Formats: sequence, C-alpha cells, structure tokens
Amino acid sequence: MSSIWSSLEPLLERVQRPARYIGMEDGAVVPEQGGDAVSWLLVYPDSYEIGLPNQGLQILTEILNERPDATAERAYAPWVDLEAELRAAGLPLFSVGSHRPAGEFDVLAFNLSAELTFTNVLNCIDLAGVPVRAAERGLAHPLVGAGGHCTTNPEPLAEFLDFVVLGDGEEAVGDITEVIACWKAAQADRRELLVELATIDGVYIPALYEPLYSADGDLIETVPVAVEAPDVVEKRTVADLAEWPYPRRQLVPITEVVHDRLNVEVFRGCTRGCRFCQAGMITRPVRERPAEQVRTMIADGLARTGYDEVALTSLSTADFSGIGPVVEGIMDDPASAGQVSVSLPSLRVDAFTVGLAGSIGQGRRTGLTFAPEAGTWRMRQIINKLIREEDLYEAVEAAYSSGWRRMKLYFLTGLPSETDEDTLGIATLARNCVELGRAHHKNPSVTVSVGGFVPKANTPFQWFGQNTVTELQRKVYMLRDELRRDRGVQLKWHDPKTTLIEGVLSRGDRRLGAVVEAVWRAGGTFQEWSEYFQLDRWERAIADAGLTPEYFANRHRDTDEALPWDHLSAGLHKDFLAQDWADALAEVGLPDCRWTPCYDCGACTGYGIEHVVASAVPPAGGSQGTGQQVTSDLGAVPVRLGPTSGGAPDGSAELHDVAPPAVAPALVGVAATAPEQDPRT
Amino acid sequence: MRVRLRYTVTGKIRFLGHRDVARVWERALRRAGLPVAYSEGFSPRPKLHFGLALSVGHESLAEYVDVDFAGPVDVAVLPLALSAHLPVGIEAVGAIAVQRSEGSLQSVVDACTWQLRCTGVSADALAQQAAELMSASALEATVTRKGKAVTWDLRPIIVSLDVSPDTGGALLDVELATSPRGIRIPELVAAFAPLEFEARVTRIHQWTTVEGSRTEPVPMPPQISHALERAS
Repeated sequence: MSSIWSSLEPLLERVQRPARYIGMEDGAVVPEQGGDAVSWLLVYPDSYEIGLPNQGLQILTEILNERPDATAERAYAPWVDLEAELRAAGLPLFSVGSHRPAGEFDVLAFNLSAELTFTNVLNCIDLAGVPVRAAERGLAHPLVGAGGHCTTNPEPLAEFLDFVVLGDGEEAVGDITEVIACWKAAQADRRELLVELATIDGVYIPALYEPLYSADGDLIETVPVAVEAPDVVEKRTVADLAEWPYPRRQLVPITEVVHDRLNVEVFRGCTRGCRFCQAGMITRPVRERPAEQVRTMIADGLARTGYDEVALTSLSTADFSGIGPVVEGIMDDPASAGQVSVSLPSLRVDAFTVGLAGSIGQGRRTGLTFAPEAGTWRMRQIINKLIREEDLYEAVEAAYSSGWRRMKLYFLTGLPSETDEDTLGIATLARNCVELGRAHHKNPSVTVSVGGFVPKANTPFQWFGQNTVTELQRKVYMLRDELRRDRGVQLKWHDPKTTLIEGVLSRGDRRLGAVVEAVWRAGGTFQEWSEYFQLDRWERAIADAGLTPEYFANRHRDTDEALPWDHLSAGLHKDFLAQDWADALAEVGLPDCRWTPCYDCGACTGYGIEHVVASAVPPAGGSQGTGQQVTSDLGAVPVRLGPTSGGAPDGSAELHDVAPPAVAPALVGVAATAPEQDPRT
Repeated sequence: MRVRLRYTVTGKIRFLGHRDVARVWERALRRAGLPVAYSEGFSPRPKLHFGLALSVGHESLAEYVDVDFAGPVDVAVLPLALSAHLPVGIEAVGAIAVQRSEGSLQSVVDACTWQLRCTGVSADALAQQAAELMSASALEATVTRKGKAVTWDLRPIIVSLDVSPDTGGALLDVELATSPRGIRIPELVAAFAPLEFEARVTRIHQWTTVEGSRTEPVPMPPQISHALERAS
C-alpha cells in the first residue's frame, strides 16, 4: 500500500488544526500491510476530536490487529477545509496512522453513533473513491460496513452499506474477517461473499432483503430475497465483559479531543428500563466487569498514559456493584499522588450518588449534573425514570452541603402524553433546587437543559409520534417565560429543527436513502454541527422524494403497523415493548430486573445469557430509581408499581387526546450525564 | 527546584499547537514519575512555564520550558528520561537548574534565529531583496494583532538577513529581535513582496544576554548538534 503523506503535508500548512490529521497517538499500532491479511479501515464519520475517543473504534482496532489474519487502521471525516483541499488535489480519504488511501483497504467499517452523521458516511465513501451505492461496487472496491447504536435501524443507509453488524462487535469482526479471507483466497464474486456473510450471527446484508410497500406507500414487510438470509437478524451479545478487557492500550491523542481522559468501561447494558432510552434497551443484559479487572485497567492505564483523569463509563455508573471501594481505591492510590480526578458520567439522582461524587472531591471538581428527565412524578412514571422529588432534593441538598455551588439538570420535553403542567413541573423542580441552595450560598445557580424527545427504534416509545418543531418551540418558550423572573435558574435548550431530522432518520425506512444522498450531494455534511445544519435542505430533499417528515417522525403508529426494523432484532420481544408502551400510558412503572424477577424482555432468554452482576441487592440511599425508599436491609426492591393515587387516565385515550400527533423532536436522553464540552453546541 | 529544559520539535509533530505541546509535556512528566510541583487551589495544575510559543507548522531546535519540581531531580539524566515519554519528534536535549530569580523565559529571551528553506525563488533574487530591506531606514507593514490591523515599522526588529543557495531555492537565515515587539515569519516573508515563495521554517536559536555576552538559555549539547547536522 502507498502513503499519501508527501502530498498531504503541504495541504496541512493551510488548514485549521492540522494536528488532527497526523495520528501519532500514544498506543496506536500502525500494522504492516500486505500478504493475505484482511485490511480494515475503521471510520468515524465525524471530526477527529469527536471520533478519536470512541471506545468502539478503539476496541475493534485492537482486537483486529491482534489477529494474524487481519490488520486495522482508523480514519475520521476530514473537516470541510481539508476536504476541499483533498478534492482539489485529487487526494482520497486516508488512514490517520499511515496515511494510506481508504480505497486500498478491504473493508471500510463505519461507526454509526448519531443519525445526523449519515451524510458524512456517504461523503467518506465518496472521498475514498468508492461508489456510494452498494449495488454499483465491484471487485476492485472495499466492502462497506457499519456498526454502532444507529444500526438498530440502519434502513435509511441500507442502499449504501454492504453489511451491518448488530449489537456487540468484539466477536463479529473476527467471524467477518474469516469469511472475507476465504473469499479473497477463492477469488469469488461479490454476491457470493455477501451471501456467506449473511450466515454470520449478527450480520445483516441489506441487499439480501427487500421492503414491500402497499399502494398507499405504507411498509408491509421487509423480506429476505436469498435463502441464506434469515427472516430476522439477531443482534450479537458478548456474554462476559471480563473476557474482553479492551482497549488494553487506550489511545492518547497528541491533540485535545472530547472526553480526553482514561475511560474504563465498568459495565455494559442497563436494565433501569427508562423507556425513552434506546441505549438502555438495546444493550441488555447488564454485564459488569469484575471489580479487580476494573482496578487493574485503571492502574495500568493511568501509569501508561499519563492522564490525570479517569472516567468510569457505563449507562449508570453508580449502579456498578462495589463502586464505592473502586473509587476510593483510585483516590487512595499513592501512585496518583492525589492528582488524579475521577469522573462519573451518567449518574443516578439520589443521595448515594452525591456521596460517591463527594468522595472524589479532593481532586478537581466540576459541576454536578442530574437528569430527572421529566418535571412531574406522573411523567416520570410514564418514562419509567422512577425518581421521586425527594430523591432529587436529597441529592441537591447533599451536593450543596458538600460544597458544590453549581448544578445542571437535564430534562426532556415532548414526552408521550405530556401536558403543560408536566412541562411547567420542570420550572418548579428547578426553582425548588435553587431554594435549597439558599441555605448554603448567597447565589446558588441551577442550569436547566431541555432537549426535545426523539422516539427511537427498539424502545417502548417507538410507536409514539414525536412533537412537531412548533409544539416543542412552544413548550420551550413557555418554560422560558415561566422562569424569566428566577435569577438562579439558567434555561438552555436544543434546537428543535435538528431534532426533527434526527427523528425522521431514526425511524425512517429505505426510501430515505435518496434523501440522505440528496442532502449530501447538496453539500450537507457535518449535520451534527449547528453551523452546517440547514433544515430547508432536508425538507426539500424529503419533498423531492415524495415523502413528508411527519410520516416518519410526528405520526403516531399503531402497534400492529409494520416497522422498518422488524426484520432486525435488538433482543427485545416486540410484545414486551408493546406491553411496556401500554404500561407507560397507564402510568405504571417497571422495576429493574437486575434485582427482581425476570419479565422476559428477550435480551437474556433469547440468547441463553444472563446478567453478570456482582451484588444481588441494589445499594442504599434514596429510592435508587424505584420510586420507593430503599434501605440496605430491604434487599431486593418492589415489584410492579401501581398507578398513582390521582388515578391514571386510560392509556391510549391519554395518548391521543393529550398529545396531538404533532409534536417535537429532541436529543435522546441517555440517563444522567457528566458535564462535557461538546464543541458542536 | 526549577529546571530549564531545551527541546526540539521536528517532523510531523510540528503541526501540533502550543497548548497541545504543553499537554504532551504534562503527561510525559507524569509518566516519567517525576515529582512535578502543582499549583494550589481549586484546580491544581503542574507548574510548567513555557517560553515563546512556536507557530503551528514550524520546526525548532531551540524550544524551552521551565519546570518546577517539588523535590530534587537529577538534572543530568532528565533529558533522556523525558524523551522516552515524549512523542516522536519532540526530544528533550538539555537541562540545567536555574534560580527563580533569573526571570522567566519570555523575559530573558531577546532574539531568535530562524532558518527558512525557501522554494519557488532564486537565491540571487532573494539576496537582492534582502539587501534592500536591510538598507531601508523603515519598513512599514500592516499586521493583525488581536483581530485589529496595526501598522508597525518592522525594520528595528530585523537584526540580520543572510541568504545562501540551496537545492530547489535558497536558505534564508534570519535573526529577529523580540522587542519592541515580536513579528511572525509569514509577516517577514510578506515584506519581501513582490517576491513570493514558500518556506519550511525552523527556529535554530533563542538568545539571551548574560553579563553583556550573548548566550543560549540552555546550550545545545555538541553531540546532538552534530547528529542534527548529519540528519539535515
């Protein structure tokens, strides 16, 4: 293989932040290319600063490079200035380690973490010198694949991808490598390769399926058109995280990126059951990493990288069995000399969590972020985020009394059956939090961040019609007016326009391929970045394809309607999701199955696997998201929670009467989050 | 104790910005297990004090950083120990202990020598223009500082300009004073108008004056100096 470095080098004199194109990360391996090894280029379709920390890309690169039959490098979307220079100079997309042209690899594999990066996927394929449409590729072209959370509904990209990996990639990339290696040796045609790949568990070959539409343009079903293709492709799940202590050598970039710290994944999956949270639904069951392995990864990682910050990552890190001792271990380690800080993204809202955060207070301390997600108990039962008001106030009180002055609260608006009373509940909660702070500080401050809700595939809310841009805007302005006089509360919100397009893509079907392509051809790249997002470009492309945004995003769907992702399984039984949707509308909460009997969602039973959890009981302190006071001797938590005393209205009536099928888009909320700097906002 | 370190920046790593270079140093010091002193307060930071920033894209044989240590360190082994933890292209080449009373790097450095490997221009044309610049009594130029266009006289800043032939163009050796104000290399190149050329830029020396004689804050060890000459 060749390197384009000598041609690239002069271009770097003229672009912003050239250090993001030179690789040189500590821990990076630049493999020897050549021979029979299958060469992978793993691509993150956004800027280097956003993509480098992606753990999926780092894990798979390492696993592939450890195999004798594979090599792997990484690439990221060049920023618009370098892209223009590359195109003017006739240069292709390149790997960041050895600067080899992307088109010379056997596989281009994209990480799909956000729907708004879809146009960048096309741009990267095109920059690689590869036809964007899968059907137009030949033997000379790389295979184009994808993995990541958005593959739970990859249909808008179906026409551009040769293969899609559903679920965890650790094992699947090895299986795929073996099939490709055989195929290369046999010199067979591309169709044969695709058919062979379709036999691998968790691998979906879009070309082997065909969607059927009614005369009205509604999807009837998506059916396989090859005998080798299964009717339903099941996701892949790694049974035991202890067998996969990756990344072993986390990359340390030479230039600053987001989440620039040591990241150690303490568990994968979450069974809190928040109904809006796609990540929690599709990554089940809970698989904890053994505490001893976590300690080793932290100690080795800090020593090797020289980082002074470690994040313990998961969807709800306070739920990790024995989180307390692990955190204390880091703080007490003499090697860290008291200079290492620990960050705990995705915290639960309760006093226990704040105690945990307080124990890391010796190091550098940033703000605290809580995500109650909704303003009223009624609403929180509907979304199954069972945090009582007392939980929040106890957490806030504990935070103020341990010295925090600033707090951030995350909320979603545009949730199913949300009333104005629910929305305004956000203001009440925020106001009360500020009031609690007055006992401790002169000018306590609470930042309220509101995102419009986007229903996602493979969640109980997948049938819900998202709020329109207008409706979301109305709610945000109502909150703004309500909080105008509250000097302690700062209100921030996400642009409902991007929320709409995220909604269209997350539950769209194959017909949106033409839309994604048209927006890309019109120059619409980096759509995650507000300065490059243009709603009218999307609206025009959607209209030109004879479609409407309302059909995909804002329309309520019946539970018997065919969904574009029905032939793809994230492990959850559709009848479980439908039952959970009905429960939501009846304001019935569902407890965490980690500590209570199984309700057969499908994620374990379907694959013969189980939770891997070290502790049989949840930690104490607050309600732990159960809606009931939990004490340490109580042990396992309650069973199904009934409707609140106010008497729940009938579910379906509630939905259709209160939430008109025209509402809003939003950022999907993934549990609580630590304060992160995202340059895109 | 305070240690003044000299380091080089060569190759790809020249595209790294000043802030990122500082972060690379912080990590290297931690990885080497050296007892760096930390600032007090809400957000403790390792106490590193850098000299004049190097523009993105320029190489250097003469960059400096002062590091405060909380305990004693063996200055003689410091360069090798640190280079093992620095990325390829950044190499610590010398270290001396200094007194805090000696003043910061930014305050003691009064001039820098730069080498520009110029392409797209002949040595003769460049030499002729250099002579004209040096004989001018004033060189008014408009430069941008803090977003505003200001007009300065560049002539007092240019100490010397020496041109020699080079394969593919010419070598331009330049000494620029740091006072009354600093100018950037592209601003100097613009002063050669109407000549236009591309240049690969290396900082060769930073100069300071001690008791009336000119010296470098940390001299380049001779063996490294020879190695660099052979490599170039």
